Amino acid sequence: MTEQILRMSGITKTFPGVKALQDVNLSVRRGEIHAVCGENGAGKSTLMKVLSGVYPHGDYEGEITFEGRRCEFGGIRDSERAGVVIIHQELALSPQLSIAENIFLGNERARRGLIDWNRTNYEAATLMKRVGLRENPTTAIADIGVGKQQLVEIAKALAKEVRLLILDEPTAALNDDDSAHLLDLLRGLRDEGITCVIISHKLNEVTAIADSVTIVRDGRTIETLDMRADQVTEDRIISGMVGRALDNRFPPHEPAIGDEVLRIEDWTVYSPNQPDRKVVDGAALSLRRGEIVGLAGLMGAGRTELAMSVFGRTYGVHITGRIFKDGKPIEVRNVQDAIRHGIAYATEDRKRYGLNLIEDVKRNISAAGLPGMSKRGWVDEMREYRVAEEFHKSMNIKAPSVSSVVGQLSGGNQQKVVLSKWILTEPDVLILDEPTRGIDVGAKYEIYTIINRLADQGRAVLVISSELPELLGLCDRIYTLSEGRVTGEVPRRDATQERLMHLMTKGQE
Amino acid sequence: MSTMTLGRAAVPVRYLPVLVTGCLLVAMFVAGGIRYEGFAHGQVVLNVFIDNAFLLVVAVGMTFVILTGGIDLSVGSVVALSTMVAAGLMAGPGWPPYVVIPLVLAIGSGLGLVMGYIVHAFDIQPFIVTLAGMFLARGLCYTIGTDSIPIQDATFTAFAQTRIDLFADLWISPSVVIAVVVVLVAAYVLHYTRLGRSVYATGGNEQSAMLMGLPVGRTKIAVYTISGFCSALGGVLLSFYMLSGYGLHAVGMELDAIAAVVIGGTLLTGGSGFLFGTVLGVLVLGLIQTIISFQGTLSSWWTKIFIGLLLFVFILLQRLFSARSRR
Repeated sequence: MTEQILRMSGITKTFPGVKALQDVNLSVRRGEIHAVCGENGAGKSTLMKVLSGVYPHGDYEGEITFEGRRCEFGGIRDSERAGVVIIHQELALSPQLSIAENIFLGNERARRGLIDWNRTNYEAATLMKRVGLRENPTTAIADIGVGKQQLVEIAKALAKEVRLLILDEPTAALNDDDSAHLLDLLRGLRDEGITCVIISHKLNEVTAIADSVTIVRDGRTIETLDMRADQVTEDRIISGMVGRALDNRFPPHEPAIGDEVLRIEDWTVYSPNQPDRKVVDGAALSLRRGEIVGLAGLMGAGRTELAMSVFGRTYGVHITGRIFKDGKPIEVRNVQDAIRHGIAYATEDRKRYGLNLIEDVKRNISAAGLPGMSKRGWVDEMREYRVAEEFHKSMNIKAPSVSSVVGQLSGGNQQKVVLSKWILTEPDVLILDEPTRGIDVGAKYEIYTIINRLADQGRAVLVISSELPELLGLCDRIYTLSEGRVTGEVPRRDATQERLMHLMTKGQE
Repeated sequence: MSTMTLGRAAVPVRYLPVLVTGCLLVAMFVAGGIRYEGFAHGQVVLNVFIDNAFLLVVAVGMTFVILTGGIDLSVGSVVALSTMVAAGLMAGPGWPPYVVIPLVLAIGSGLGLVMGYIVHAFDIQPFIVTLAGMFLARGLCYTIGTDSIPIQDATFTAFAQTRIDLFADLWISPSVVIAVVVVLVAAYVLHYTRLGRSVYATGGNEQSAMLMGLPVGRTKIAVYTISGFCSALGGVLLSFYMLSGYGLHAVGMELDAIAAVVIGGTLLTGGSGFLFGTVLGVLVLGLIQTIISFQGTLSSWWTKIFIGLLLFVFILLQRLFSARSRR
């Protein structure tokens, strides 16, 4: 039982400008369930992509030994042939094809180039029984729930004669019953001799199922804990996960906190894809003027979903709850309503949702504030130009001119354009989702300065961030979110990374 | 960074396709002038306008739609339907043109409105919605009549045959004036109004436009309505030109309009392009026809061959530019 099935040593992977993994070592014993834990952006998923050949050999440094042989995977096909299968968080299934077709996709049961349907459906049924999936093999994927789709993915892996199964956040999108079933299944697979590597944020699951845990932080492996030998608690894992280097500098800031400006009560949102799953569950928040409030949560906790559902119901279905602005209840049915009530939301994905990349700086800045600079539908171009020039200077946007195309600016300068756009709408509440993602250290400092300035102007700022040091350095108060629920509210002086992480990983009682 | 150096002058990338089309147009005219006697005459250029005024108007509407990232396949059929309704009502019940023309424009706009509403409300691809509209409008032509209906209304024919004399012995038709007014108004709307901004923003990135609070749905409905209106107006201009209504008028005109817009440098994915480019695109198409008629020995199918080749060149150019600027 102590034989190693996999050893990864000295893995280093760099993306332009960032070292995602640095000298990472991971060894997995045959027939165990090995959990990989770490904060968002710690490098867990990158490590698994290296292992499964998503990043081909030569794209990274270091060595992978699988079943005693050195592996140089050129792609997923190579790794799958060797018996390593990865199941991503976003399931890779073709929705209109049947379960059986999906199980054997790319691996068809064929005779002389023609699909043998009897064999396909028969073998699919056998595999489905192994994973406990009671459905007709000819049912389309789109007609079964996400929990069952996850089982199809595992059946697909079994069809490829998997020996090392990697699951990235397998229970993130599942309800409790499905999660429990999945964990049972993984235990069963372990007993059949299939080794599993599982990435998970849910520490109660990790302590329940894993035989050993490797903790990753800032692209390095911190430690590997043997769950069977030592008595490893959730707190023990948390203390390894946090303590990320405090390398960001923060501008000094004395908050001047005023009256409450926005209060959200009993806010519940369901997923548009799975209308029976609560993404946000009875959340309550309150923001005051001049206050910078943090919202901490791990991937899938529902942070962005909460923010977007408040911002004109741009996410989710069956949204219920109350919003109060300056103590008075308001209705926010769409983005125009939100803007009118002084709520602004800067998205975490600037390129896809925040900017028109093929348009210039000035038109991106004016886009949300056009009603304010036009009369009866006609845009005052001179005023637009002057306003853009003001922001160009005051926000220190490094662009040759306000007519430069936004797509060509750096991440930090694009973010300044996004912030300018929202400041122009004169909001009382700014929700900034991952405002410094993909931005270099110097520009981060500038963004922090801008955030402080916004608070000093009497606005409330809600900062959503995956980087705990950032929240600790910037915010006056921090809410934690776990599985859609607000699990804590911590004032700055009491906040530590351990405390926050504990609240962020708090499961359901 | 957002510029490409051409020789010494720096030209913003977004103007480049229009510039290329402009150069092409000048080159074609110069080549024609050297090759054929009587080609380098002002009236030749004006004739291109006169013969293509209706296409120009239709292409203006198409430009709006394509700028939002959509497409309108129904325009040719709506043009035909408009000629048919106009001719039918003037020939049959003998309605006067000042009643018929507004009615025709209202029908075209209404059809566009309905298609735009379906595209937006049910989130269906514009291709399929306007394809349905295309069949519908073309089919409706034959409920009015299966043969060509001549227009004999005195006011209508008088207006159609009016020549507006310019200096020297140059002249244009009233249709050209109407087309030019449409172009100017449309250019003004696109560049100086909130609707225009929403059109570009929707085509550039629909999701971000929505999250900026722009009225994406209303914009989409508006562009199809504009395109429907322009098609109907194009139909009226075509009935001035043909003095008849016929279900087989303007077959395939939607494709000419799309070609003109693309050759004019508007990105088919939306968000980038100029109305002026569309004007140049229509002129390029018209000039190809003129050159082929001056040549005399080539069959008119050569027009299609040249348009085909030009389209290939332009979509490749667009691919190159967008690949460059997306980085």
